[in-house]
Amino acid sequence: MTLLDALIDFLSDPDSWSGSRGIPARIVEHLYYTFAALAAAFALAFPVGLLIGHTGRGALLAINIGNAARAVPTFGVLILVVLLAGIGFLPVLVALVIIGIPPILTSTYAGIREVEGATVSAARGMGMTERSMLFSVELPIALPTVIAGLRSATLQVVSTATIAAYVSLGGLGRFVIDGLGQRDYGEMAGGAVIVAVLAILLDVMWVLLARAVVSPGVSGRLRRTPRARPDDEDRTDQHGTDESHAQHETAAGSA
Amino acid sequence: MDWGYVESNVDLIVSKLVEHLYLSIVPILVALVLAIVIGALAVRFPKSYPPILALSSAFYTVPSLALFVILPGIIGTQILDPVNVIIALTIYSLSLLVRNVVDGLRVTSADVRQSALSMGYTRTRQLWSVELPIAMPLIFAGLRVATVANISMVSVGALIGVGGLGELMTDGFQRNYLAPLLVGLVLSVALALVADVVIVTLQRWLTPWARLARQA
Repeated sequence: MTLLDALIDFLSDPDSWSGSRGIPARIVEHLYYTFAALAAAFALAFPVGLLIGHTGRGALLAINIGNAARAVPTFGVLILVVLLAGIGFLPVLVALVIIGIPPILTSTYAGIREVEGATVSAARGMGMTERSMLFSVELPIALPTVIAGLRSATLQVVSTATIAAYVSLGGLGRFVIDGLGQRDYGEMAGGAVIVAVLAILLDVMWVLLARAVVSPGVSGRLRRTPRARPDDEDRTDQHGTDESHAQHETAAGSA
Repeated sequence: MDWGYVESNVDLIVSKLVEHLYLSIVPILVALVLAIVIGALAVRFPKSYPPILALSSAFYTVPSLALFVILPGIIGTQILDPVNVIIALTIYSLSLLVRNVVDGLRVTSADVRQSALSMGYTRTRQLWSVELPIAMPLIFAGLRVATVANISMVSVGALIGVGGLGELMTDGFQRNYLAPLLVGLVLSVALALVADVVIVTLQRWLTPWARLARQA
């Protein structure tokens, strides 16, 4: 149990919690990397996902980009950009954006595409413009899937941000890398545990956010008419809301 | 690109490639067996599924480097032991595959199950000859995602000294030398793509009825 003791020692030491190398400062750095990368990935992937989902054009391209990006080892990309552009925030940002893009792109595209044809036709029949159809009909219905994509992008970005410390940046990975260098298990495990907790908290944040922004009509929480058979409900609800299904689509699509 | 590096380090590169393959495939195989067992139990005892799902999602949120480093404290292995990487990747693959196995096993409709039952199939035989084959497409979809993810994740293990091709990447970083990094990066991507093709081929071979159904 000495390893556990080392961990407790690190976490209960007031020095671990203070100053620019303390845990709070590292958490702020870590969150900064994470959100900067997510914002950039979202800005790049979301509009493209909307366009592909709405027009149906370029779907194969989106699927292939998603699959190919999954095969690229982020760790290698991080080092590659460091060797080419020098140490700094840029390589970390590039590496994190690359892993943030595929989940956002594929889930946005899949979410929009899964909106039923009849619904889209009804909107068109009511005289909606393409733009208002996309933003008032398709996007609200696709929102749970889009958020599921953001959620999985966040998970991957948060965990990968840990390796930023390897190329001399800050963030919670500092504790892991420095602890490893000094064979200080407490510091190493302390950093690891805090990243894990941070990842879980961010995950919970997305779940709560989804609950707040997804229309009750779409999420099914506001259902006035009772469903005929619980079996049917299971089947309809499985579409879209589950992120792993977006992955199935991606994986199956490139065959 | 410095081809001289490749020529003079062929043995090293090949051994790291093999190590990489080993570190990423062993977890997949172990996780697949465990996922089928756990998935079958979860389908038979539906109440056990929500906690299994919650636990596997929780594991999936733990960053890989963090898990590599925390594991020795939990299971008592040495910090630089390759077993840590293998167990960590098994946990990730399992978290991913259990969902697909359960979703896949649930595809079989009640009608089909009753037909199997009335033909005298035992529960076990029904699982092997009816439910698992029907679940194949979803299980294979999960296998593909998990395999590609593992191959990319193994590299991070280089930070704790067990990373297959990732060790070529750290070597490139430490010496500020592009050649080993590029070799590691390109081989890792190639390995992922080849593994994906192998799994798809395996799927075609194991589910010949899927092709027949498409032709009909």
